[in-house]
Amino acid sequence: MTTLLSLRNVWVEFGDKIVLEKINLDVAAGSFVSIVGPSGAGKSSLLRLVLGQEVPTRGTISLDGTVLPPECGPDRGVVFQRYSVFPHLTALQNTMFGLECAQSPLLARLFGAARRAAQEEATAMLEAVGLGDALHLYPAQLSGGMQQRLAIAQALLKRPRILLLDEPFGALDPGIRADMHLLIRRLWREHALTVIMVTHDIREAFSLGTRVLALDKRRHDPHAPHRYGATVVYDLPLRPREDDEAAPAQAEAEQAPPQRFAV
Amino acid sequence: MRWVNRNMRRNDRMIAGALPILALLVVYLVLAAQRHALNPSDKILPLPDAMARGLSALLFQADPLSGHFLFWTDTLASLERLGLGLGLATLGALVAGLVLGVLPPVRATLGPLVTAIAVIPPIALLPILFIALGLGETAKVALIVVGIAPAMIRDITDHIASLPREQIIKAQTLGASSWQIMIRVALPQAMPRLIQAVRLALGPAWVFLISAEAIASDTGLGYRIFLVRRYLSMDVIIPYVAWIALLAIAMDFALSQASRRAFPWAYGASH
Repeated sequence: MTTLLSLRNVWVEFGDKIVLEKINLDVAAGSFVSIVGPSGAGKSSLLRLVLGQEVPTRGTISLDGTVLPPECGPDRGVVFQRYSVFPHLTALQNTMFGLECAQSPLLARLFGAARRAAQEEATAMLEAVGLGDALHLYPAQLSGGMQQRLAIAQALLKRPRILLLDEPFGALDPGIRADMHLLIRRLWREHALTVIMVTHDIREAFSLGTRVLALDKRRHDPHAPHRYGATVVYDLPLRPREDDEAAPAQAEAEQAPPQRFAV
Repeated sequence: MRWVNRNMRRNDRMIAGALPILALLVVYLVLAAQRHALNPSDKILPLPDAMARGLSALLFQADPLSGHFLFWTDTLASLERLGLGLGLATLGALVAGLVLGVLPPVRATLGPLVTAIAVIPPIALLPILFIALGLGETAKVALIVVGIAPAMIRDITDHIASLPREQIIKAQTLGASSWQIMIRVALPQAMPRLIQAVRLALGPAWVFLISAEAIASDTGLGYRIFLVRRYLSMDVIIPYVAWIALLAIAMDFALSQASRRAFPWAYGASH
């Protein structure tokens, strides 16, 4: 497996507060990396670094061997817990947005045949995530789970090299969350995605991921707790992609007790 | 039952809302009748028939000097100034708000200037406008623009700058440039707020219009009110004020309806 994303000696500091320290990480193409850790351990910071929303204080992040510029780009897609879709656009318009930006730099709108092609592509993607009946609804008319499906469709249409999920299912009901797990697994497999997902839910991390990273502080100074940052304390490879495809039933993987993988 | 829970039905709300207005009218009529009982030629609180007579002269009889029907020329002149002022201020607020709200360097450069202009009382600038632009229409429109635009710019800027960061990030991961974010993400979401800002600016806009007309003009609703004040013509002033109120309410209502029609997503479209 080839390394897609690599972080070399990455530090994040705000003033004298150290958030992340000495992160060295290689993410293989096609892997599904779950990141867990206590609140404030810098899980989301790490994700924002890869996304380009934050810049490391030290160290380099490279995608496919090229150092990433300090801003977001279409090579990295993202789904946040909330506010991932545009409230003023319908589901279809939300999904077409990425195509329109790429093909029409000045107006960011398409007309005629190009528009119909984009609509078809977006519709197909929305059907793939189960929103075929909600093409012309605004996000406010969609449930939380449907909004996240829309956000995923929107991101996938740009065919990002890497898909970043920041607690994407954190605000959903347990039942809906199980549906979303099946969806993201299916999309991950069908589109050969590389996914990094931050989550609070340990079970989710283990049932979805091919690799689980736990972030925490290695050391703790009671007099200056901010002087030590979090880093990767556990790096657990769970199963290679091939094994997963051979795995008997998806439901079983969903039910798998996390203890099985505990170190 | 607690008062916070006493919700009224639609019909009851209409009746309750009409009551104070009716009460005010009755109080006025009683006071006016009392004064007229003592002095039949009282001008301070005219009775409705006197107002009708005063107004009909302006409505239906051409002014012997100019040949105009004054009520209509006044209304037209005032609405033209108000419309121009509001239009320019709205356009300016939208463009400036977008640029300031989306682009941090522009916000850092021009934000303090907008704030500084916003704290100057616009009426204090009126002499400068009259000196610089003359006593014509330009100065009056400029007063309205200077009076309401800074507050609108600040409102739109704040609104756009407070759009969830996630949306701006998401747009970038979908390949949007700064320009595309401005016109496809920020602009549409600023529109309902812009209409809201125009509605709030209507009040101040009328104040600046009437002030400018009172000081230097030869036509307009404000001009007429201040002119006939010299003759204690309350029979003209009161209908004019009521007419101004009616125009303002109509504009406010039209804007609010237009916003609901054009931007249903902003009003929590029903599930």
